[in-house]
Amino acid sequence: MKMMHRGRPDHPIASSSAPSPDTVAAAEASPDRQQPWRELGLEPVEYDRIREILGRRPTSSELAMYSVMWSEHCSYKSSKALLRQFGEKMTDAMREHLMVGIGENAGVVDIGQGYAVTFKVESHNHPSYVEPYQGAATGIGGIVRDILSMGARPVAVMDSLRFGPADAPDTHRVLPGVVAGIGGYGNCLGLPNIGGEVVFDQSYSGNPLVNALCAGVMRHDQLHLAKASGVGNQVILYGAKTGGDGIGGVSVLASETFDSDGPAKRPSVQVGDPFMEKLLIECTLELFAEGLVAGIQDLGGAGLSCATSELASAGDGGMHIRLDRVPLRDASLTPEEILMSESQERMMAVVEPGDVERFMKICAKWDVEATVIGEVTEVSASDQRRGGRLHIDWRDQTIVDVPPRTVAHQGPVYERSHSRPGWQDRLQADDPARLARPRTGDEIRATLIAMIASPNLCDRSWVTAQYDRYVQGNTVLAQPEDAGVIRVDKTTGLGVALATDCNGRFTQLDPYAGAQLALAEAYRNVAVTGARPLAVTNCLNFGSPEDPAVMWQFSEAVRGLADGCEQLEIPVTGGNVSFYNQTGSNPVVPTPVVGVLGVLGDVSRRTPMGFDAEGQSIHLLGATRDEFGGSEWAQVAHRHLGGLPPQVDLEAERRLADVLIAAAGEGLVGAAHDLSDGGLAQAMVESCLRRDVGAVVQLPEGLDPFITLFSESAGRAIVAVAFGEDEAFRDLCSVHHVVRQRIGVTAGLGAGAILEIQGQCTLRLALLRDAWSSTLPRLFG
Amino acid sequence: MKIGVVTFPGSLDDADARRASEIAGAETVPMWHGDHDLAGVDAVVLPGGFSYGDYLRCGAIARFAPVMAEVVAAAERGMPVLGICNGFQILCESHLLPGALMRNEHQRFVCRDQRVRIENASTAWTSAYDAGQHVTFVLKSGEGGYVADVSTLDRLEGDGRVVARYLEVNPNGSLRDIAGISNERGNVVGLMPHPEHAVDELCGPGTDGLGFFISVMKHVANGSVAR
Repeated sequence: MKMMHRGRPDHPIASSSAPSPDTVAAAEASPDRQQPWRELGLEPVEYDRIREILGRRPTSSELAMYSVMWSEHCSYKSSKALLRQFGEKMTDAMREHLMVGIGENAGVVDIGQGYAVTFKVESHNHPSYVEPYQGAATGIGGIVRDILSMGARPVAVMDSLRFGPADAPDTHRVLPGVVAGIGGYGNCLGLPNIGGEVVFDQSYSGNPLVNALCAGVMRHDQLHLAKASGVGNQVILYGAKTGGDGIGGVSVLASETFDSDGPAKRPSVQVGDPFMEKLLIECTLELFAEGLVAGIQDLGGAGLSCATSELASAGDGGMHIRLDRVPLRDASLTPEEILMSESQERMMAVVEPGDVERFMKICAKWDVEATVIGEVTEVSASDQRRGGRLHIDWRDQTIVDVPPRTVAHQGPVYERSHSRPGWQDRLQADDPARLARPRTGDEIRATLIAMIASPNLCDRSWVTAQYDRYVQGNTVLAQPEDAGVIRVDKTTGLGVALATDCNGRFTQLDPYAGAQLALAEAYRNVAVTGARPLAVTNCLNFGSPEDPAVMWQFSEAVRGLADGCEQLEIPVTGGNVSFYNQTGSNPVVPTPVVGVLGVLGDVSRRTPMGFDAEGQSIHLLGATRDEFGGSEWAQVAHRHLGGLPPQVDLEAERRLADVLIAAAGEGLVGAAHDLSDGGLAQAMVESCLRRDVGAVVQLPEGLDPFITLFSESAGRAIVAVAFGEDEAFRDLCSVHHVVRQRIGVTAGLGAGAILEIQGQCTLRLALLRDAWSSTLPRLFG
Repeated sequence: MKIGVVTFPGSLDDADARRASEIAGAETVPMWHGDHDLAGVDAVVLPGGFSYGDYLRCGAIARFAPVMAEVVAAAERGMPVLGICNGFQILCESHLLPGALMRNEHQRFVCRDQRVRIENASTAWTSAYDAGQHVTFVLKSGEGGYVADVSTLDRLEGDGRVVARYLEVNPNGSLRDIAGISNERGNVVGLMPHPEHAVDELCGPGTDGLGFFISVMKHVANGSVAR
């Protein structure tokens, strides 16, 4: 697509509509006028469908609205049919805590005692490649407004990041900007950043993934929904003025692959103003508290096109907007551009007429501009059957007259063809068993040090130190802990835990199992803190849906995730799909990032990951097998990706979680840490370095020490058992049928302490810290 | 004993400053940037954050907020005023404290548990500490590098007005490792690290920060405050 020229005169819509806008009357009078539907990303069949819905050609404004709303990013046209599984595979038990499910701005989960939590993760991949700082910053801004528009106070953010190789030149352009953007925006909003991921892989080199998660807390009665109901209610646009930024961002940026010789796309990336967003948060929370909001929607992708059509179709179906009332930063914007603009920090509220004055007063207090731009209107029965009626005027001329449901919800749905790629068998047959393994103690030692210093396993502080993790004063655990934990309320002691995970290497080897492993890891990361997993969100990052191999990966991953959620009995409450993550014809490894939310009844009982006392016995929970397909060892030692990912046993995951949750509640463990990338060796190093507590490890007999130390078998964790609780802990594991082996004891305090792996090697913590923590500073300064 | 905590548009750690004051046993009064009086409070905290977005220069716009005229006048009469992080920047912009805070030397925002040495335990905000005591606060800032000309630095050192100094790591390039300073009278203190984030074992690195709030309560109780 070649529409992103810098000068407006070349803009296909602007040129076709200037000087006066294309009206409904003009559309009726000129049915055969050529329209730039193809340039706007619509397929011939989609354009024909629009003409059929309207019984005439669309006006240029209507065409703009349909094109952005029917884009892949907004309509989920390639994924919708498959995503239905998340609903279809939901049991009554899974619905028990679900207050709002898929389809709203974000899912809402009842966490008890009158509190609810809403959370969601979204991608901002393509904008972050074009303009790393602003792309990542506005990704945070967008997800925060989603959470806010549910009625919740945002309480934490997390970010799940994927980049090309750590030493690649373009990674040095993209990563620092993305991290600074997330920090610059999130820090200024006063939201603690409590965790996430940083992963490097060749497949992301032309297409980084920037996924942002936000969680919010509300009382049950504060729940708000995005709908415009009540004839005569006023539609108020508030927040930042509308400008020319991000026009067409949705259809152009999110739905198209980067070509190396394509036109400059910078103008399609939005620019963020976190200060305005902070005011918008505080202002909106005050509006909620005063009961002045009948319906609310944030303006994100597709801007006013999305907000007006979604609010109207979710409510009574009728809305009349006077588009010329929209406050503009650039007075020369055309109505089509105003409808498509993705200017940030804007919200739309539906307000009862008698409340408008108080609404405006609160906005004025926060210096937030607010303008009545329309109202909810009555809809005739026949219009209702067509999908409601959204009417938009520009200087007293009708430029849009559409059934809003056809814009927002009745876009095309494609059953894309999918087929298992021919290379999948070869990849799986390439068993890592053939790779040379370290045998001697010295080789084990060298492997361990190389592993902990590798870009995917090393200390993330260079990144996470740029994020405020303390603001709001309720951060109980934050990175590098397995999950972030936030205190919800001091009086009740309620807390929530959040983790995001995905190992794209596993998913590449087997998308069904890989998606379940992502779910299992996030679930386990929440459980090791002592929290009971309650709900799932996801951000499904894949290549082009027009590639049958990618579509096969996608359908397998969705099926795996839906089946896994059913088995673990935790519902998917919402999420996001990001397609077209590829460079040329090379897609990223399938990356279904899974976020799991858990709840702690008494957050002071949370279990941290680090050993914090000497003399506690260390136990390894779960079964270790010879599993190296997709492992970090195969990557670091041999640059190898092949074979099968670790076995998935969700029943074992559930039993392990039951033990970890009970042990935390009963105060049986001093520390617990999930085993995943890098296996036992990595987990031991991280638990020792967290508080500089050493350990002596006796590896179990009967298994090759290399396998014990570096296998990435799922369903495992290490715990340090609290003094005097060994017997109680052993009994707990027996009751839940969890495999348990005592593998050592904590010993020695301070940087001079050692990690001794008996019979293999002895490592000073100071040396381990140096190896583990110097990699990112060395690479990024 | 009432501690007022000012909220500017863009303030972030205002609720945390109120919470810390309350844990120490004070009554807190939320104050708004547009207020024209101090509502009878005994001490004022200017909290951390990004007042007015800090788009011009940190604290440069907040200095002109209506409430600041009252805060400056009260500070000159001897009322205890603590500026934390952005609040420290505002105090410097208001000329209640000398010097300025610059972009961190390494150009990045930094959030870390910071070891600090309390150098002066005789100000209105630090009497609960011992001089030379090592404590851990939270540092989280992008523009925390303290700078002043040599004669100002020498005067601050000579008069004992360096209230706190960074230990182990100088996280932002502050001259002479300065983390906090006071005015001559010792009632106005500016500090880059956040004591209000070290008041609760569960949600911060220990409780070393409570001393600031306990100190000011003691100071007020001793009657050494002019409103």
